[in-house]
Amino acid sequence: MEPKKIYGILSEKFGGKIKQFIESTLPPSVLVETGAIADVCRFLKEGDGLDFTSLMCLSGVDLKEQGKMAVVYHLHSMKQKHKITIKVELDRNNPHVQTVEQVWPGANWYEREAYDLLGIVFDGHSDLRRILLPEDWEGHPLRKDYVYPKRYHTWDV
Amino acid sequence: MGVLEDKLPDNILFTNVDKFLNWSRKNSLWYMLFATACCGIELMQTGAARYDLDRFGAIFRATPRQSDLMIVAGTITHMMADRVKRLYDQMPSPKYVIAMGSCANTGGPFYKDSYSVLKGVDKVIPVDVYVPGCPPKPEALIEGIMKLQKKIMEEKNLVKK
Repeated sequence: MEPKKIYGILSEKFGGKIKQFIESTLPPSVLVETGAIADVCRFLKEGDGLDFTSLMCLSGVDLKEQGKMAVVYHLHSMKQKHKITIKVELDRNNPHVQTVEQVWPGANWYEREAYDLLGIVFDGHSDLRRILLPEDWEGHPLRKDYVYPKRYHTWDV
Repeated sequence: MGVLEDKLPDNILFTNVDKFLNWSRKNSLWYMLFATACCGIELMQTGAARYDLDRFGAIFRATPRQSDLMIVAGTITHMMADRVKRLYDQMPSPKYVIAMGSCANTGGPFYKDSYSVLKGVDKVIPVDVYVPGCPPKPEALIEGIMKLQKKIMEEKNLVKK
């Protein structure tokens, strides 16, 4: 199925919660309202003819210039052999978004990574801890205004 | 043997205690089975049949309690650094450390602006020999071990000087 057509199906089902279709990305992306992401993802997985059973990647983006953060979901359907990108934008000062762990269990570690490196909080996540850095690390290093610490425990960083 | 000839029974050698201790230590460098990245593959090659690290009396042990030598083979993250230090502390003295490869020496390709990688294992534990390379060939690691053996032979255990 063409991404444009998938966008059409989503718009029909969710109306104003589907904000924008961006053709310049690969695969083309659909901008979704932040609060609706869990419902949209469940529909993408279970909806007729969509069958997005695979979450290829979930990444966080720091859009400092726009005062926003984004979460990007790359989806793939093994059965239908089509792909699409879903995006949500968050408030940079208080980035919260619903988890999609209940839709794709593999999202668990992706979301922990986004939390660890960017500080995006995934509401409803079963185990939101740091995954790459030590538990007592301060700050989130992929934020663009992050300042690297001089020391950690007993050694220089 | 000059004046001592015929005055001693067979199978007697003369040496000093330090030399004897050092000689036995350098020829039984049991290293810990411990690798964190691609240098570990080269370490396995060095231990396997072709390069045969057993020739030097170096065999791997799966526990720090029985090890004399820690070959830090690979990238050490801040998360791992605490564990490396704990493993080092669990080894009985005398103990030695070889930093194998660029990551363990200085952080290597992660030196600039990496948020998670320790910039050289010598920030956490004392290192005896640095082996450069990314990763070092088995020959390079063997040279490192021979350098360490040379260093051990020069140690003074009982004589203070």
